[in-house]
Amino acid sequence: MTPAAGLVMQAVGLSKRYGHIVAMEDADFELAQGEILGVVGDNGAGKSTLTKALAGALLPDAGQVYVDGEPVRFSSPLDARLAGIETVYQELALATQLDIAQNMFLGREIRKPGMLGSVLRQLDKRRMRQQAAEQFHNLGIRVQSIRQAVETLSGGQRQAVAVARAVAWGRKVVILDEPTASLGVRETRQVLDLVCRVREHGLSVVLISHSMADVLAIADRIHIHRLGRRAAIVSPKTTVMSDVVAVMTGALPPDAVVSAAFAPAGTRGSDRTLTRAATAAPRP
Amino acid sequence: MGARALLGQVMMRDRELAVATAAELASNELAVAEAGSPRRLALGLLAWPVTGPLIALIVLFAVFSLTTSTFMNARNLSLIAQQSVVIGTLALGQALVILVSGIDLSNGAIMVLGTVVAGSIASPGNVILALVLGFAACVTAASINGLLVARFRMPPFIATLGMFAIIAAAARLYSQSRSFPVTSDLLSILGSGPEFGTVTITYGTLAWVALTLVLGYALHQTAWGVRVYAIGNSPTAARLNGVNVTRVVFSVYALAGVFYAFAAWQALGRTPIADPSGYQTANLDSITAVVIGGTSLFGGRGGVAGTFIGTLIVLALKNGLTQAGIDSLYQQIGTGALVMLAVGADQYVRRGYRA
Repeated sequence: MTPAAGLVMQAVGLSKRYGHIVAMEDADFELAQGEILGVVGDNGAGKSTLTKALAGALLPDAGQVYVDGEPVRFSSPLDARLAGIETVYQELALATQLDIAQNMFLGREIRKPGMLGSVLRQLDKRRMRQQAAEQFHNLGIRVQSIRQAVETLSGGQRQAVAVARAVAWGRKVVILDEPTASLGVRETRQVLDLVCRVREHGLSVVLISHSMADVLAIADRIHIHRLGRRAAIVSPKTTVMSDVVAVMTGALPPDAVVSAAFAPAGTRGSDRTLTRAATAAPRP
Repeated sequence: MGARALLGQVMMRDRELAVATAAELASNELAVAEAGSPRRLALGLLAWPVTGPLIALIVLFAVFSLTTSTFMNARNLSLIAQQSVVIGTLALGQALVILVSGIDLSNGAIMVLGTVVAGSIASPGNVILALVLGFAACVTAASINGLLVARFRMPPFIATLGMFAIIAAAARLYSQSRSFPVTSDLLSILGSGPEFGTVTITYGTLAWVALTLVLGYALHQTAWGVRVYAIGNSPTAARLNGVNVTRVVFSVYALAGVFYAFAAWQALGRTPIADPSGYQTANLDSITAVVIGGTSLFGGRGGVAGTFIGTLIVLALKNGLTQAGIDSLYQQIGTGALVMLAVGADQYVRRGYRA
């Protein structure tokens, strides 16, 4: 198939089974350049599985992922990262005893130029701190010091560090898994503001969230996941919250809402192969 | 109270919350919460984890110099340094392992194996070869620990407990329970050094200091060091950030073997005899030194400066109590109490941070 233009990331017919349990069944996904895509779904709908497949943390049994129209195959999170896709995990993935700058550069440390770096392998701490501080400034995140240990930060600040790190390294897509799950009202608002600023930096954002209010507040489009596949993709401009919830829970058939999909939907056939062509016609 | 009144209260609170939120959004600040004084104390301790052990060492020195006449002089202090080198060098490797939330119960046995291998080959035989094979034995044994823990994901406690039994028995079988007197100058060189009157600064003491500095550099100035701390802090976080946890943990155990080998060399300098049944308590002493030095058994916190001081505390305590003519059993009680104090302090600091 030819992937639709303007989509930074697309997936067609993703499936994943664990024994008899179907975690993902013929799921489609699309993310347009520079948008915030909210992903909502009930517990157990398979949001996590979808996210992991996009982030390279899980290899789907069937289906194809495209980045900028090119087919890709992520066998590890590193592959996804090299393709410009950064993920902020629910468990935050911060080393809390290290400071902010160390966390920003963990696994991608910068060494000093010359012999100090190449022979003595000395870190360029100053440069890393400087770059981390710049990144924080650009995103409008304020902390006392870039040398503070992450454990001295509040939940919202920690989330901000994780997001800043993803933005610093992500060239195309930042995937946020429940970024506001453990936050209070004020901190949630701050993190959502931060996510909007990420979009202003030209990155595309996938926002997986339980909170319908968060998603409706900032998402450009909403991907509704149900029973292991995408039930619908809608725009918050044309679909109200109660309809999103209705589709999510199955009270309303997906056809009843206005689709905001750009790409043609994948087939729902039973002959799923790893790289099969989508045969369905574009929706009107 | 009526339901309407309750509802009114809730709405009031919501409105206050909304106002507060708006005000804070205007400043757009993720400011740090004001720290209370117990938290600030914990923060200060954490900022420099050597503080506690250093104070303990100074107090110890003060007490012994007041209560005994023979403790506080250059000769005795150089003696304490000499008594510290074996445990101190062993503890550097142990600290490294503990930093990645591990523990090595076999390091004493590995060190003894190193002395026996080197001692047996040297009597009579090529001394250089003896030294090289002694080092190789230590690094190989420690690497097996690394393989078991990093690659096969065995709990460090069990893996190294097994290795302790195996290595201790292997050293006896290999030597047929004989001990080897060491006559070679090279093998016992770390016990000698320049003399200044009655004071001797041994090469072993200098080597201990140098090894501490090198390991400190590796831990604090290289990416590898940052990753060691990150893994001890949260292996999941390290892995999600692309750190090859298996490889780093293996390297930690293998590198610890290099320090055990140096400890073996130090041991031959202290007492020039390779005895397969020697240094029975070295392992526990090394753990004691690391813990008293402020390194957290939960990993990710502490380091070599603390371990250096921790070793001095253990040995100064032994030395001082001996000078004061106190039974060695009380020395053990004192050391045991210190370990509990150190772990208690560590947990207090950690809890302070969770709050």
